[in-house]
Amino acid sequence: MTTANKSPGAAAGNLLSRACAAASPSTWPSGAPDFFSRRRFVQAALALPAVLALPACSNETQRPALARTFFSADEYRFIQAATARLIPGDDKDPGALEAGVPVFIDRQLSGPYGRADRWYMEGPWAAGSDQQGYQLEETPAQLYRKAIAGVDAYCRERHDGKPYAELSPEDQDQVLHDLDENKIELEDFPAQAFFSVLWQNTQEGFLSDPMYGGNRDFAGWKLIGFPGPRYNYVDEITRYGDPYTMPPVGLLGRDGTRMRS
Amino acid sequence: MAKRLKPVDVVLVGFGWTASIIAQELTEEGVQVLALERGMDRATVPDFATTHIQDELKYAVRGGLFQAPVRETLSFRNTRDQTALPMRNLGSFRPGAGVGGAGVHWNGQTWRFLPDDFVLRSHVEERYGAGFIPEDLTIQDWGVTYEELEPCFDRFEYLCGVSGKAGNLEGARQTEGNPFEGARSRDYPLPPLERSIGSLMFDKAARELGYHPFAAPAANTSRPYKNPLGVQMGQCTYCGFCEWFGCGNYSKASPQSTILPVLLKKDNFSYRTGCDVTRVLLDNTGKKARGVLYRDLQGQEYEQSAQLVILCAFAHHNVHLLLLSGIGTPYDPASGTGVTGRNYAYQITSSVEVFVDELINPYMGAGALGQAIDDFNTDNFDHGPEGFIGGGYIALWTTGGRPILQHHLPKDTPKWGAGWKKAMAENYLKSVSISTHGSVVSHRQAYLDLDPTYKDIYGDPLLRMTFDFHDNDYRMSDFLTGKAEGVAKAMKPRSINVKGRKKPYSIVPYQTTHNTGGAVMGDDPRTSVVNRYLQSWDVPNVFVVGACNFPQNAGYNPTGTVGALAYWAADAIRGMYLKNPGPLVQA
Repeated sequence: MTTANKSPGAAAGNLLSRACAAASPSTWPSGAPDFFSRRRFVQAALALPAVLALPACSNETQRPALARTFFSADEYRFIQAATARLIPGDDKDPGALEAGVPVFIDRQLSGPYGRADRWYMEGPWAAGSDQQGYQLEETPAQLYRKAIAGVDAYCRERHDGKPYAELSPEDQDQVLHDLDENKIELEDFPAQAFFSVLWQNTQEGFLSDPMYGGNRDFAGWKLIGFPGPRYNYVDEITRYGDPYTMPPVGLLGRDGTRMRS
Repeated sequence: MAKRLKPVDVVLVGFGWTASIIAQELTEEGVQVLALERGMDRATVPDFATTHIQDELKYAVRGGLFQAPVRETLSFRNTRDQTALPMRNLGSFRPGAGVGGAGVHWNGQTWRFLPDDFVLRSHVEERYGAGFIPEDLTIQDWGVTYEELEPCFDRFEYLCGVSGKAGNLEGARQTEGNPFEGARSRDYPLPPLERSIGSLMFDKAARELGYHPFAAPAANTSRPYKNPLGVQMGQCTYCGFCEWFGCGNYSKASPQSTILPVLLKKDNFSYRTGCDVTRVLLDNTGKKARGVLYRDLQGQEYEQSAQLVILCAFAHHNVHLLLLSGIGTPYDPASGTGVTGRNYAYQITSSVEVFVDELINPYMGAGALGQAIDDFNTDNFDHGPEGFIGGGYIALWTTGGRPILQHHLPKDTPKWGAGWKKAMAENYLKSVSISTHGSVVSHRQAYLDLDPTYKDIYGDPLLRMTFDFHDNDYRMSDFLTGKAEGVAKAMKPRSINVKGRKKPYSIVPYQTTHNTGGAVMGDDPRTSVVNRYLQSWDVPNVFVVGACNFPQNAGYNPTGTVGALAYWAADAIRGMYLKNPGPLVQA
């Protein structure tokens, strides 16, 4: 990760520059002391009005806040918070949030996947057995919309009116576990159906080509050691046990922040 | 009202491997051949260019090259007392759509079934006695032998430029090759691929256990290669994007990389894409096909007359068309009579993930780069003490390390969160997977018919699959998994994760696209849809070609045998049928 700013700022005064960094993780100070946890930052940033949080940055490497294509502002806060728990990260070790997974999911849901364009979606509808697979009337996009509303309502009821994004990390984790174990009742479908799609899409966003908006700066690929889609390993295939040292590359090249519109 | 089109001599339904081979062969006889493909046109350039094909999300996860269930799917249930529900998105298997069919996105694992596989029932009865076969198994002989098919296997391997090493040359055992294989007339056209570090580790462990490891046959070219049609292929670069992807390097055999450059230049060949064939049209006797009915993407219906109709679509689609067209008596599981849809089978797989200290670099690989043992396939070992029929190979494949779908995590890794992330970082570069790939018997309760409720986009009933593996196969798979676990432990790993096949069969997790049966071949019209030349018993100017012909499935990937059957049928049509159209075998 490149380091654009090596001077650690004071906690309070640094908020906006940190927010700026959130928009462009490649500028996060890699040597900064960990006095300001990513978790607290996320909560603080989420609490700010959206218009203030990101466009206020003046860093030269900043990029404009990406327009959402599917989620509402509230839904997006849920996705940011939930994916940040599913694959946690910080400034030195990016997780789902730093890698742009919410951007990825937002774009996927407004596209052919979100609309289930390739799926057979004719009735009649029946629950079926586990072996018969997905039998919900909801497309993935509809599943998210309904589930997020349901989970936020569930959280508000139990946590003094707070939606999921404002819960403590521990409480957020517990909600995710409860979703996965079907302990939360959603109106139209089992909670686990939503959890499994959310977790699948989170992994996809973390590990797919950066041109889709996630895996920003190859964060996911760097974590595991995948050098990206490369054309030729004729020489390397028999260099048994040797590390492969070329830096990651994506389908749009070495710049892991480029997205395809 | 269907528009009537100018008649052709031969119409092929589908334009994948079998159609390409048959078209190439029949056009040599001077007849006019037309292929109708439901999907889109696809060519190596631009569709498989490495600058965009190596996209795991688009192709492997979202299924860019696969059949879209919105256009065609089937309904599924495990048992007859359940209500079948539609397969809404793809899971367990992933048929292709578009020119080249699944021959575009396969791995290139190109096996010959063993001699015993083609005479399974008589072989088992002879060695173990008729009582060894459970009463409800409907396994049967194929009506064709390995020896008859050998030249056809050979032609397919030379067409594809298969990389491998013979284990049995005209009966003489060869070192390094598979000692259990049937006799072959000559060696593979290319030497084996380079071995990966995983291949070497598997080889060493298997040898220590007294097994006979060998480099698996690969339709990924280990060297530059010019095939007998004069088509040039490039050397595989081990980029690790075979399965689910097209090859942009002309290294993985596909219709595009082996046949189409020659076939598409012929004046007596043509093809149309975006054409969904919905019926084989029969004349008023019901014994002769007039041609086919199809719809284009605008929904316009066409009647394409032809002297000869050859169904070359994916296994399910061939059977669906036969059922919709009323060709062959539909199978009735209650009475065990009828043939169309009978003997559906599949492939039973399991795996053992192996976590090692060595740096694996799993992303360097090729779809059929692997080291395998055949010691437990078919009848290569004594089944007497085991009490089941069949077997499979055990292999360590190095097909690639695509991050979303090809990462392995140790048992007890947290499903998500910091623990998951840590395990991903620690294991991606230091893990391999050993797979078992088992045969599946046919049995009375596994079959295909028409769904009573769910319809496709044209209002026709969906194909309905009723399937679970027979108990025989669960026991066989557990046996294979145990052997694989033994090899894994002999690799002296940090840990292993055994993933056996659990009951019942589920259509959700990906297993294989090796769906077989439903239009099986044989010597007896009471137990087969087509004769030994793949000609319909009931409508002699209809041939049906593909894995739907397998009476049961062997422990190998099917494409080598599907390719051989295509040559076998083409030879019969060229050598016999065209000269004297009519039944090639008297019922």
